[in-house]
Amino acid sequence: MAGYRDLLQRVKEEIDEVDAPRARDLIESDSPAIVDVRERDEWDEGHLPGAIHIPRGFLESRIEQAVPDRSKPVLLYCAAGNRSAFAAETLNELGYEHTFSLAGGYTDWKRNGYPTEIARSLSPQGRMRYSRHLLIPEVGEEGQLKLLDSRVLLIGAGGLGSPASLYLAAAGVGTLGIVDDDVVDESNLQRQIVHSTATLGEPKVDSAARAIRELNPDVQVMQYQTRLTSETIEEILSDGWDVIVDGADNFPTRYLLNDASVWHDIPVVHGSIFRFEGQLTVFKPHEGPCYRCLFPQPPPPELAPSCAEGGVLGVLPGIVGSLQANEALKLALGIGNPLIGRLLLFDALEVSFTELQVRRDPNCPVCGDNPSITEYVDYVEFCAAGRGV
Amino acid sequence: MVSVRIPPPLRTETAGEPVVEVSGGTVRDVLVDLVARFPSLRSRVLEDGDVAGYVNVYVGGEDVRTREGLDTPVAEGETIILLPAVAGGLR
Repeated sequence: MAGYRDLLQRVKEEIDEVDAPRARDLIESDSPAIVDVRERDEWDEGHLPGAIHIPRGFLESRIEQAVPDRSKPVLLYCAAGNRSAFAAETLNELGYEHTFSLAGGYTDWKRNGYPTEIARSLSPQGRMRYSRHLLIPEVGEEGQLKLLDSRVLLIGAGGLGSPASLYLAAAGVGTLGIVDDDVVDESNLQRQIVHSTATLGEPKVDSAARAIRELNPDVQVMQYQTRLTSETIEEILSDGWDVIVDGADNFPTRYLLNDASVWHDIPVVHGSIFRFEGQLTVFKPHEGPCYRCLFPQPPPPELAPSCAEGGVLGVLPGIVGSLQANEALKLALGIGNPLIGRLLLFDALEVSFTELQVRRDPNCPVCGDNPSITEYVDYVEFCAAGRGV
Repeated sequence: MVSVRIPPPLRTETAGEPVVEVSGGTVRDVLVDLVARFPSLRSRVLEDGDVAGYVNVYVGGEDVRTREGLDTPVAEGETIILLPAVAGGLR
């Protein structure tokens, strides 16, 4: 029976080995997928730039997701070149056409003075908390670290902001800003699940911040207990945000936020609800339409019923706000196909989703080619008039 | 006939009906027939003889403003969607 040495020698004869200088040339000329098959702690101490980490024990099950194209060259390495030799043999068996094992491994690569990288990595506790994200190739550790670095601003800690803030906090979005000047009222609790009976009468920003911290202490909450106005919005946006989730309840705020987000170039995940129906879209400045492209002017006040007047099924903001969180996460991660230029209607009674096209208006007064509105207007007046400026 | 989908904020004007059957070969004809049947819808949908700026009208999933406006043709059996701006969310 062959021992380990014999087996290793036989495998090394069957695969292609490259030494560190050749591996470096290969990386430059062929841009291979670089796969580190070592264990977690070894990877954390440093690895080749651009490498992906698939521990040897998971190689067979994960390689097809990481490198779907079997004709793409794959450079495998471990610490000294033995585990990667077995890994190369495995990939050959799986049909990968050009696999290479780095002879001498990471140790030799470093000895040659070639570049290495030490990845920021999640703590063991973080790896546990976000383990279901880490298992998704589109998120993974890199994506999770991105989320922890990302900053999402929520306009309103109400019906839409409740589920959105909770899911974004649970997902590990590192900084959540919440803008709301209201206090928790008993009539809110039918749908605003971030608040509770115990926080009745408290400012909504405080009540929401407490719930978020209890859910996930990794999240830093920035509380803005104020109404969004032309003055306050500049100060709030200057804190720097990657995505804004709009759950405002009135037209002046919607138009104000739209104009500011275009000028500050921040994508807005827009949601609105009425009775049994919700609307959802993403306004990404200069890539897609803005709110003014969708609705050039606000309705006259007498034709603009609010939820307070029209009512809303309690679960509806839960659905629409969760969809907003979904879009915000996609934008923060840079994955998927966000709802840019598409308006999604959700009808809770029919359980139907309808998608409508929204085009950028080249004549839009704010995001168009020759904008006529370049500074804040009096939005209360603008909406009271119910017609365009 | 053409189906016009009435959004929740406008259903008080159609006695709660979510879908109304009307006739017409263009968006203009359809809206004229619609407001003839439900006169209180006129001010909610039309302004100065055109589609009001706070309502969108979709034919085949496209805003008629990006097509031929009121002259946009409507095929028999097609569904038209009326969509007013809705602000609700926060409170």
